Formats: sequence, structure tokens, C-alpha cells
Amino acid sequence: MQNYDVLVIGAGPGGSSAARFSARKGLKTLMIEKRPDIGSPVRCGEGVSRAWMSDYGVKPNSHWISDEVKGARIYGPSERRPITLTAENAGNEVGFVIERDKFDKEMAALAAEEGSDVWVKSPALSVIKEDGKIAGARVRHNGQMVDIHAKMVIAADGFESEFGRWAGLKSVILAKNDIISCIEYRMIGVDSDVDYTDFYLGSVAPAGYIWVFPKGEKEANVGIGVTISAMKDRWDVRNYLDNWIKKHPGYAKGRTIQQITGGVSVSKVRDKFTLPGLLLVGDAARLIDPITGGGIANAYVSGSYAADVAKQAIEANDFSQEMMNKYEKLVKNKFQRKHLRNWIAKEKLGQLSDENLDKLVDIISEVKMTEISVEEILKAIQAKYPEMVKELEELI
Amino acid sequence: MVELKVKTEMDVDRGLCNYCGACVGMCPTDAIFMDDTVIEIHEDKCIKCGFCVVGCPTAAITAEWFHAKL
Repeated sequence: MQNYDVLVIGAGPGGSSAARFSARKGLKTLMIEKRPDIGSPVRCGEGVSRAWMSDYGVKPNSHWISDEVKGARIYGPSERRPITLTAENAGNEVGFVIERDKFDKEMAALAAEEGSDVWVKSPALSVIKEDGKIAGARVRHNGQMVDIHAKMVIAADGFESEFGRWAGLKSVILAKNDIISCIEYRMIGVDSDVDYTDFYLGSVAPAGYIWVFPKGEKEANVGIGVTISAMKDRWDVRNYLDNWIKKHPGYAKGRTIQQITGGVSVSKVRDKFTLPGLLLVGDAARLIDPITGGGIANAYVSGSYAADVAKQAIEANDFSQEMMNKYEKLVKNKFQRKHLRNWIAKEKLGQLSDENLDKLVDIISEVKMTEISVEEILKAIQAKYPEMVKELEELI
Repeated sequence: MVELKVKTEMDVDRGLCNYCGACVGMCPTDAIFMDDTVIEIHEDKCIKCGFCVVGCPTAAITAEWFHAKL
């Protein structure tokens, strides 16, 4: 048996943030990772925004950056003219294509620098409950079962979100329309444009999108995410991607050197993602942006909030639900409104025909906007295709 | 009335499985266990919703009943 103030489960960006900021506050912290190699295997498109990094003391480093892009392009089904988002009109969504395994290792190193212990190849196997609260986890470490007792447990176990469910949190269960299945090929010998991340909408990827993220000259991550409610056959997700690649000679000539798969949640912020003694962060708390599918920044931010509340709870020796609600409140204040709007937008976009999607992309690509936001886009639609607004009016 | 006789067990093709954990996260009943290169579906917990069958990115999970349902 070992005692810690804070046990962090999972060494992705959310876990490493929680461990880093907990340790910085003087809390005795242990972060455990089930895999032998932090960040590997990669399960990510590897695009990340940059706006949050300076606020949280993450310095961009060429060690984990594959490519710095100028912007993003969003193509409608006809692919005739994209919406171009750049730092000027959509600053915070522009950023880097990264080597995610190296990035995750650096985030873990930042936690270790603050004094957090880190154990790899150490899965949590079960929940320890004591005195009506979550009080730690049974962990397999170096082949031994070790009971880690902790005043606070921060679960950052990603899309699987198992620890929360074992502890009794039913709210992390997802509806069919809020689950995205993803497959991605890291391709070499392709005609990638190193200046842009590209997104392709429409029936090429029903209720989802295809992405092309340049990793450098002649190399790109080409991937797809499809909502599982839009799928009929188990081969659909791969077939959609393969069909798209076949139709694009610049990619069809490439070779795949890595296949990455995974699941992504695209839900509203959950009502509840804490229990006495337990805080869920990042993907485990279903904090992925429902429109972009991006989760790294949100995970990092929520990890720092979790550390704040863990510190307060430990200082006050108060592990009640009321104390945990402080964390939920911080997260909800930050994400709830935006994610609700983006969730509704996701639902609406998923229902649009290819023809209407093309209209939408045309309108937005024509309009000069200083700041491209969902509100601005809807105003532009209202001006040109008032009949389409009916379908989208809930968003305005 | 013709009664369709379908196999109720889930099958996992371990030659296709990437062990990415997507199925674990989408399973509403926590019926799937995964650990490095181990995947097990617990039939006693499985409610045959089919999420993992369509949701598995590598199409590694099959179920005869799912095709009967379609």
C-alpha cells in the first residue's frame, strides 16, 4: 500500500496537466499510465491549436512539431472553393500538426519536473472506496498488485472512460449520435500542402469529416471520422476513407506507413463528471469539442482546474460532492455554452444534403469575416439563403 | 412465421483488431475488456446494441444477429 495526495490515472495531456499542477501546488502526486510507452500507440489526428499553450506554460518545441500551418481549409462536397480559416479570422483554431507520442512524453516530463511520480505499464484494475468516497485504485505495477490510497483521484483515462464508470458514474455513457469512429493513415509520397490542414465535409464522411493534416513535404495524416449512427456496415468507416483517397490522385499515389484508429465523443458537456474524491478530466469527462473533435487543449485546461479543486479539497479536508461541484462549475463555465452550440451545429450539419452543404461553404467562403464564428456564419446564411435558416435557426 | 436462428455471440477478429479501445469507450454497458493485446467481450453484460459492430474502426467485431437485424 502506498499513500498519495493525488492519484492521476492516465498520462495523456489531461493527466499530465493534472499531475503537473497538483505537484506544483505541493501535493504528493502519482500519475500512472497503463501503456509501457507514454503517448504510444498514437490515437489522434495530431492537429492541435496553439492559443492555449502560452497560458499554460507549454512552449512549442520543434521536437514534437511536424508542421506549423498557416490555416485550415474546409471543403464542401463539390470541393470547388474552400472556406479558409487563418490566424486573422480564426486565430485560436490554427496551430500545429504534431508528433503526438513525443508531445505526450514532453507533457509528462513537465509533470515530472514539478515533482510528480510517474509509473508506466501500470493499469488501474479497480476502484478503492472508503468512507463513502473514492479513495484510490488497485494498480498493477511491475507485475505486483499495489493499492494506491489517495485523498483525490483524477481520472484522465481517455475515451474509454472506464475508471469513472467503475466508480459508478453513469453519465459518461454516450448516445449513438455522439460517438465518432475514426481511422487514419499516415501517408508518405503524397502531394500535401504544408501550409494548411484540410477538412472535407458531406457524404464522403456522413455526419463527420475527412481530414488531411500535413506532416511535412510529401507526408500527411489522412483520416476520417464518422458518426456511428450514420453507419450501416462495419466496413463503412474504412470504405469511406479508401473511396475518398482513390478519387484524389495526389493521395492515391501515396503509401501508408502507419494506421491509427480510435473513438471520439462529440457530446454536450455532461451533467456530472465527479464523485466524492473523484474528478474526471479531458476525454474521460467527454470534453471534446463536438464540432472539431479536438480534445488536447480542453484536456489540458480541465486538468489544471482539477488540480485547483484537488488542492482546495485536500486543504479543507472536504471531499464532499459540494466541493467536487466546484470543479464541475469551473469546467461548465468554460465549455458548456460553446459545446452546446457546437453540438447543435454538429447535429444540423450532419443532416444537410450535399447540395445545401455546398451552398453553406460557398456563402462562408465568399463573406469577408474578421472573426469566423458560428454566429457570423449564421448571419451570412440568413442574408443569402433565408430558407436555409429555418433548418438552422436554433443556432442563431 | 419464420423464426430466424442467429448466433448471439460476438466475435472479434484479432487479426483486424488494433487494440485502440474505441469499442471500450462506446460500449454502454462496460462489457468489453481490453488490455494491451487482449480483448474480451463479456456476453453476460452485452446488450447487443451493435455500437461496437459498426463503431469498430477496423471492422474487427462481428455478430450474426446484427446482420439479421439489418
